[in-house]
Amino acid sequence: MATSARSAGARLLEAPTGRERARFRADRMIRIVALGATLLTITPLAAIIVFVVARGLPTLTISFLVRSAGAPDNPGALNAIVGSLQMVPIALVMSGFAGLLAGIYLAEFAGSRVAGAFSFIVDVLLGVPSIIAGLLVYSTLVAVAGSSALAGSVALAVVMFPIVIRTTVEVLRLVPNSLREASLALGVSTWRTVVSVVLQVARAGLLTGVMLAFARGFGETAPLLFTARGSDALNIGHLSEPMSALPLYVYQNSRLPSDFFVSQAWSAAIVLLAIVLAINVIVRGRSVNARVD
Amino acid sequence: MTATPTAVATRESTPTARGAAGHQAEVGLRLDGVSAFYGDFRAVRDVTLEVRPMAVTALIGPSGCGKSTVLRTLNRMHETIGGARVEGSVRLDGIDIYRPDVDPIRVRRLVGMVFQRPNPFPSMSIYENVASGVRLGGLRDRRQLDEVVERSLRRAALWDEVKDKRHHPGTSLSGGQQQRLCIARTIAVEPEAILMDEPCSALDPVSTRHIEELIAELRRTFTIMIVTHNLAQAARVSDDTAFFTMGDDRAGFLVEAGPTTTMFTSPTNRLTEDYVAGRFG
Repeated sequence: MATSARSAGARLLEAPTGRERARFRADRMIRIVALGATLLTITPLAAIIVFVVARGLPTLTISFLVRSAGAPDNPGALNAIVGSLQMVPIALVMSGFAGLLAGIYLAEFAGSRVAGAFSFIVDVLLGVPSIIAGLLVYSTLVAVAGSSALAGSVALAVVMFPIVIRTTVEVLRLVPNSLREASLALGVSTWRTVVSVVLQVARAGLLTGVMLAFARGFGETAPLLFTARGSDALNIGHLSEPMSALPLYVYQNSRLPSDFFVSQAWSAAIVLLAIVLAINVIVRGRSVNARVD
Repeated sequence: MTATPTAVATRESTPTARGAAGHQAEVGLRLDGVSAFYGDFRAVRDVTLEVRPMAVTALIGPSGCGKSTVLRTLNRMHETIGGARVEGSVRLDGIDIYRPDVDPIRVRRLVGMVFQRPNPFPSMSIYENVASGVRLGGLRDRRQLDEVVERSLRRAALWDEVKDKRHHPGTSLSGGQQQRLCIARTIAVEPEAILMDEPCSALDPVSTRHIEELIAELRRTFTIMIVTHNLAQAARVSDDTAFFTMGDDRAGFLVEAGPTTTMFTSPTNRLTEDYVAGRFG
């Protein structure tokens, strides 16, 4: 290739050829386009936060946080906040335990064929629109016992369950097989190996999956529309009665013919956004720590 | 060569690897017509080998010849891989470990294993790593656990280095120390035999020497089988050597086995001679 007799050092310092300059330009172009696309993804998030805060802040008062929608004067969203704080944790308990156990079974015990079949079902379930989860519960639980907070929790759990399974399986797949082998070679039984070795290593990741499902549960509206249905009265502990939740409150208030109530819907959106963002930040912090370990 | 003609001579039955007959109570490991499969693929064909107890047997041979697979048939770890199975028999002190009434967990308590890469449990301290086998096996008494941990760490020549940081994570140790920790973990459950699958291949020369010295010490109490790609290591640490290679059907088979000195100086088989002389592999 080297046709010239110049030294390698001299060739290093030669002016760039046309082809080299073109390559440099293409490199820079692609970088700029990619950066632009990245910034584009931030735009909606920034816009959401700006809009929601701008429109909701005026009505985000103390009485908004401590009074229910049904209060005769200065109504607030306490019923919705307290409703979310009841229904979502209950749904988390239902879907978390079942999802973790199912994920552990699929990742650690099931044969590859069973695991493959169930993974497919879980994927399908993940793609099912959440309103259909609501319809399922509506046509069963609600048809028999009427609207209730419990039915809302069940509908949320149906949405959260596949998320927990999926992340559990993914996280357990990341645990190196050499650790399972080390344990088995010590004469430790399979289930003992799973409990004492595999789950210990995967603990942080498993919790992350559960927390992501938790955040998802707070934001879901559709599963609650015809299950928990919403209630203007503060409902603490009466799981067989209708109950409000933050996303339901946003939906219902935004349809009322009054600027004040619509503004309150935005205020509730701030609260909802804060909860979901807080959970996400906690999860992120945890997974960063897990990587450092 | 530290391999020991004298030690061989002092043991009453000489080269058993070739199947010397005429002993009453069968001791140690004995493979009879062992074939190992991954699904339909036969990785190891028809291995018959008698392993001398309380001695070090090295398994050598080119890559892909099934040495590690043979090793994994000896504590029933082979079958933990989906679709893997074993034919033939492996007898431990006369009892076939593949008998249907034999629990593989029991087999693995009696035949321990050390892996290629040190694999301490990352969620456990040094102490907990060593205690893991006995603890997960049901021992709870704190005093007994302390004893087992100290004894095992001493025998693995690691005690002096870690006695003040037993509660640090096992993964905080250097690679060589981690491998000795894994050996301590293995001997803590008091096995009869220890299988080592290229235990030094991820280690530097100094750590390798530590492990080799440790093997020389452990062979007084344990039957040891070691897979190694390092011929000099096989010559240094082993009493007997078994040479494997790959057949035309890509299945590994045993070419010959015998005392290490014989195998390295005057093997019977041409393939062995070429391999130990460095002409192939």
